[in-house]
Amino acid sequence: MKTPILEIRNLQTGVEGKQILNGLSLSVNAGEVHAIMGPNGSGKSTLASVLAGKAEYEVTGGDVKFFGESLLEMSPEDRARKGLFLAFQYPVEIPGVSNANFLKTAVNEIRKSKGLQPMDSKEFLLFMKEKMKIVEMDKNMTQRSVNEGFSGGEKKRNEVFQMAMLEPQLGILDETDSGLDIDALRIVANGVNALRGPERSFLVITHYQRLLDYIVPDYVHVLYKGRIVRSGGKELALELEEKGYDWIRNETENVKV
Amino acid sequence: MTEDQKILDDISQGEYKWGFVSDIESETAPKGLNEEIIRFISMKKQEPEWLLEWRLKAFRHWLTMTEPTWPNVHYPAIDYQDIIYYSAPKKKPSLNSLDELDPEIKKTFDKLGISLEEQKRLAGVAVDAVIDSVSVKTTFRETLSELGIIFSSFSDAVREHPDLVKQYLGSVVPPTDNFFAALNSAVFSDGSFCYIPKGVRCPVELSTYFRINSAGTGQFERTLIIADEGAYASYLEGCTAPMRDTNQLHAAVVEIYTHRDAQVKYSTVQNWYPGDKNGKGGIYNFVTKRGLCAGENSKISWTQVETGSAITWKYPSVILKGDHSIGEFYSVAVTNNMQQADTGTKMIHLGSNTRSTIISKGISGGKSNNSYRGLVKVNRKAENVRNFSQCDSLLLGDRCGAHTFPYLEVHNKSAVVEHEATTSKVGEDQIFYCNQRGISTEDAIGLIVNGYCKEVFNQLPMEFAVEAQKLLAVSLEGSVG
Repeated sequence: MKTPILEIRNLQTGVEGKQILNGLSLSVNAGEVHAIMGPNGSGKSTLASVLAGKAEYEVTGGDVKFFGESLLEMSPEDRARKGLFLAFQYPVEIPGVSNANFLKTAVNEIRKSKGLQPMDSKEFLLFMKEKMKIVEMDKNMTQRSVNEGFSGGEKKRNEVFQMAMLEPQLGILDETDSGLDIDALRIVANGVNALRGPERSFLVITHYQRLLDYIVPDYVHVLYKGRIVRSGGKELALELEEKGYDWIRNETENVKV
Repeated sequence: MTEDQKILDDISQGEYKWGFVSDIESETAPKGLNEEIIRFISMKKQEPEWLLEWRLKAFRHWLTMTEPTWPNVHYPAIDYQDIIYYSAPKKKPSLNSLDELDPEIKKTFDKLGISLEEQKRLAGVAVDAVIDSVSVKTTFRETLSELGIIFSSFSDAVREHPDLVKQYLGSVVPPTDNFFAALNSAVFSDGSFCYIPKGVRCPVELSTYFRINSAGTGQFERTLIIADEGAYASYLEGCTAPMRDTNQLHAAVVEIYTHRDAQVKYSTVQNWYPGDKNGKGGIYNFVTKRGLCAGENSKISWTQVETGSAITWKYPSVILKGDHSIGEFYSVAVTNNMQQADTGTKMIHLGSNTRSTIISKGISGGKSNNSYRGLVKVNRKAENVRNFSQCDSLLLGDRCGAHTFPYLEVHNKSAVVEHEATTSKVGEDQIFYCNQRGISTEDAIGLIVNGYCKEVFNQLPMEFAVEAQKLLAVSLEGSVG
């Protein structure tokens, strides 16, 4: 029997007094890809932010275990060091800090936390070169400042590149497909697929089914009003695409009545 | 907001790591300032009569001056009679070998991380180290002298090259220039002297380390750099001071004189003790630095990284007299806790087709105040002058202040003068982004601030840039946990 690497139980969170997640539960085993879909405002990005440890979100109830440890007690950097990676929906710019320098710092921090020696420059460059292939990354992008002046597509590609570099156990993609044209979408999805493996799980948060044509999930969950209202296999995404979110709205509201 | 507050507190609690006191026997003048003290200093240094007269003239003028109050800094009145104006390490080593250096002084250098041997062997840096007031050790002198380069303590230069000193001393910063320059001219005890002859490109970075060691002493060093026609030199200056409860005065003067086609690049990493987090103690850094591009097509470039001092008050300036000459000013000024800085530059365009660039990055944290003050002046007869100024301020938290005082005096219509200014805060989003990649908040701030200062750090020589980055990280470091 598999033990889940991520186990969310009855999670309730709010921001500035407004409740957003209302008892969300979800288990993710090693190697699985779970898609989280839902209409705008259903709490998808909140879930990603809470898991990564963003300070504004207040957890009012429930529990999250990551490799059996209480995730919510950990600082954001400790979550990252333990293998949780968030590909941001809106990656921030850090002027004057090269992508390579940024990643070297991050890689070595993570290595340090695992008791490994830091990589020296040569080793790091070789490692980076290898990972750049995964997202067809242009060489000069590693020398540019983190996300500064990047197009929307480049930013998302950079997120996946960072994920490749940091080799997390759990990758959370927060609407990574938003704002991407079809070519960029394909590159990003190929990158994610290349990173799939028996030890690495993904939480793919998306509004559209389109991404799931490329990153084929093992499970699809529909989030509505801060709660998972329906779960199924990959065909659930297709069904949603066909019937629209109104279908979920109607069904959920009707059940309540 | 809580995150902001935490960062703020972390930074406010960062402590000074260079605050050790060296137990070096020193020979000290009695407290106070009068003509007798000046005669004492001059006698101790076995100076020629003309220099004593020069000092006395400066002193008499100083008596007629009042301390400036226009800078945006606040401090209790300084009692100039309560300062020791001369303090020399008693055992001044003869300069044959490094082994003869006083072990305590050597230890001081080791703590500073500038082991002379290391530098001598590995980096190829010629170091003239000034502890308190007397120059202790000059390395590489011989190598340099083969090229005709003179790099020595000021006192040695007075003895060995009196004509050069006499010709240039006060030619850029006259003894009557301002209150602190006049004070320095009266009591300066040592410093560095550098002369690069015609057409010589100095092959090594010339470097001076200043350190205030004795309690209650002022440090009044004087630096004079002359680049003859077509010469080039890069000069590095680093400063530290031990932790003391009382404030110490540092009033230095640096003069740079460039002839036609000559270039001087002057870099400073200033890390004087800033006082504790309540603002007790620390150095008053009131310094006059000025360069004169006397010859056509010459260039003077100032780069400064200012992280220390309780109060910093300095405006490394360039007088662009020669046609086609270039002046540059690159500055990073960091203030934390209760520190105050009023710093910037003056670019005085007298010659035609002269150009100047000003890049200033001010970073304020804690309850500190950081002001940029800069003057760009274009003379009536100076045609086709260009200036570009960029003044950026970065705020860490909401209890600090950033101020910009740009002055433009343009008297010729052909001039093109640009000024850009921005103010920003280190974003929580940026910090969280770094956190999410496994980087701690402290390291994230270091990374972000270093990125912010990159334009300036790029101007520093390699080994100095590394040092500056570390220094910045330490200045911003908190006592987490």
